[in-house]
Amino acid sequence: MNLIINICKEKLHYFEFVKPICDILDNNKISYFVKDYKRVGKADLEKASKVIICGTSLYDNEFIKNIKKFKWIIDFDKPILGICGGMQIIGLLFGGKIGKESEIGFYNENFTREFFGLIGECEVYHLHNNYVDFSKLKEFEVFCVGDLGISQAIKHNEKDVYGVLFHPEVRNKDLIIKFCSL
Amino acid sequence: MKLGVLFSGGKDSTYAAYLAKKKGYKLGCLISIVSENPDSFMFHTPSINCVEKQAEVMGIPLIMIRTSGEKEKELWDLENAIKIAINKYKIKGIVTGAVESVYQSSRIQIICNKLKIECFNPLWQKGQLELLSELIKNRFEVIITSVAAYPFNVSWILRKIDGKFIRDVSKLADKYEINPAGEGGEFESLVLNCPLFKKKLKVIGFKTSGSGNAFRSEVRLR
Repeated sequence: MNLIINICKEKLHYFEFVKPICDILDNNKISYFVKDYKRVGKADLEKASKVIICGTSLYDNEFIKNIKKFKWIIDFDKPILGICGGMQIIGLLFGGKIGKESEIGFYNENFTREFFGLIGECEVYHLHNNYVDFSKLKEFEVFCVGDLGISQAIKHNEKDVYGVLFHPEVRNKDLIIKFCSL
Repeated sequence: MKLGVLFSGGKDSTYAAYLAKKKGYKLGCLISIVSENPDSFMFHTPSINCVEKQAEVMGIPLIMIRTSGEKEKELWDLENAIKIAINKYKIKGIVTGAVESVYQSSRIQIICNKLKIECFNPLWQKGQLELLSELIKNRFEVIITSVAAYPFNVSWILRKIDGKFIRDVSKLADKYEINPAGEGGEFESLVLNCPLFKKKLKVIGFKTSGSGNAFRSEVRLR
């Protein structure tokens, strides 16, 4: 059972940032349950086989103020995929800092190594004002760096902790399915 | 939070507004852009003039801006319309009916980001048939006002979106690889009634023009 974590403060954003992930899992008969990040408890983490932390909108950044709610990630030993805001959460927990750069719409990004099926130049959908520079975090490997030097896809060196700054639910749905197949 | 609705009068923007209200958001105003360019990728609704009647039965103020529809000019006009909504109705965000179009949604996101307001797209990436089914389930009465793709023809004009419509359009989608909810511009729609309306609108006249697989109808409502 996969745990999908909703980090949106605004209720209406659920439809835009969480439901599309649920739909991908539904369409591929992958089981899951959804929890608000403030309500994730020990029982949820034990029940979860994998965790996907969804993104949210450009101005819905309450989760950054509540980063302590995600401290469980550091010792969690099952696969995690952080999407956009979810990737920023992973970066912050492992000592990174928030940087400011807006990227909105389709971009071609170059994956120097395969990342859940993405290799070479791939079109991805961006929607962020913030990012974390993972190149400064020794515990992580960066699979894709954008033109502005921003880390776009990362993995922890020793753990199955992954992050993407773009939104795979828009044009790279297979990435999510491949993550769920780990 | 008070929101402005980027409103075309069609099924997607009206249903997005309905979801926003259902989730507890206040609809501060409707924002409609009337483009003089029929080939505009941003604003392209044949019955856009019906939004005045729709706003009336919704009891929501309407900001209606005309644009020449030139590529960048229409974005500037949209930005100005949103600025008016922010100043006049104190909205803190925009809700749109964007489903698949990154061209449209990313441009609206950029404008909202610049103006430092929220942008909500509650239909984003939604399954096309799921969307049509939810319209019926939530008592939306919607008709088709234009078609622009093979094998649609004039017989689809003014057709109501109901169970039979979904079955018929699904068959066409399988056979001709068209989008069953019209997201690719295959057809445009007009909402005559829904839970946001205080009374049902009736078609009292229409004028259809076109040929082949492209027809549009200008509808008059009461």
